[in-house]
Amino acid sequence: MLVDRSGQLVATVGEPPNFDATAFATLTAADFSANDQLARLIGESDFNVLFHQGERESMYLADVARRVILVVLFDNRTTLGLVRLKMKGAVEDLTRVFEGIFARGVGAQAATPGLLAGAEDEIDRLFQ
Amino acid sequence: MINYASREINCKIVFYGPGLGGKTTNLEYIYGKVAPNTRGKLISLATETERTLFFDFLPVDLGTIRGFRTRFHLYTVPGQVYYNASRKLILKGVDGVVFVADSQAERAEANLESMQNLYDNMSAYGYDLTRMPFVIQYNKRDLPNASPLATLQEMLNPGWEVTEPSRKRAVPDAARPGEFLVSQLPTGEWVERAPYFEAVAVSGDGVFDTLKAVSKLVLKTLA
Repeated sequence: MLVDRSGQLVATVGEPPNFDATAFATLTAADFSANDQLARLIGESDFNVLFHQGERESMYLADVARRVILVVLFDNRTTLGLVRLKMKGAVEDLTRVFEGIFARGVGAQAATPGLLAGAEDEIDRLFQ
Repeated sequence: MINYASREINCKIVFYGPGLGGKTTNLEYIYGKVAPNTRGKLISLATETERTLFFDFLPVDLGTIRGFRTRFHLYTVPGQVYYNASRKLILKGVDGVVFVADSQAERAEANLESMQNLYDNMSAYGYDLTRMPFVIQYNKRDLPNASPLATLQEMLNPGWEVTEPSRKRAVPDAARPGEFLVSQLPTGEWVERAPYFEAVAVSGDGVFDTLKAVSKLVLKTLA
């Protein structure tokens, strides 16, 4: 899963998550932010990877270009060593991709014009 | 954030304000009233005494707009002064802010301190609160010790100067007939104030008016 640092899910690949992915993304970003602060307290600038071990499921999180978090969920059919090895290359590739995107700037991401016209009605309807 | 691949618009709205002012209560009321199929789980990272430690989080689905699934992510911050590190983290990537003020006269100092803290934390990220969706909610209007609205407005929403010539024109406040969001002072100076709402979050009064206003402002920035 790719999660934006502000807590929004960007993309998922592999087995579709059978849990609340929105909440998961929010908590992932919070987890990373809290650990950043912990790192600073002990004199590190950040922790660029985090690992959470469970009995069956584990997760490995890595920073990408200081804007995005790559989360890999895996079970005991593989090993931490293999995940870590594969992630190293993936993080390097993704860092290049994201840095390229950020270098292009935000100007290219103009919103769909006239979005509000439809939205006003939708908001009113939801809150009736 | 607009995700073209999954055709989704995700907006982040943060409820800010002093401790025990009713930020979490706002979210709980919304959670209870919105149809279950249009909202996600209400996540609360709180202490044993139900004080918010890190944040509360509630995703609300607005429906589909122009083929994009539109969803608002509502967050609260911990109000207590000493939780500033986590409060600041929540503001990252924010699209709209609701300041929940406690109307009680004895909370005036706490309101001011929190408002100053909001401005400071926003500017640390390079965000300008005067140029983004921002509304103020005066909560606990039902309490006997609630300050008059005019006092609260003067203290927390005195307005900021409008410098752009194109914006120097009277803008009526849609929610308050006879009042203006942008107006000219007798001194000739143009000022803009944030839209404001009165609320009693425990009973839900004003909660959806506030949410609706900030949601509209956020979507306007995308239009």
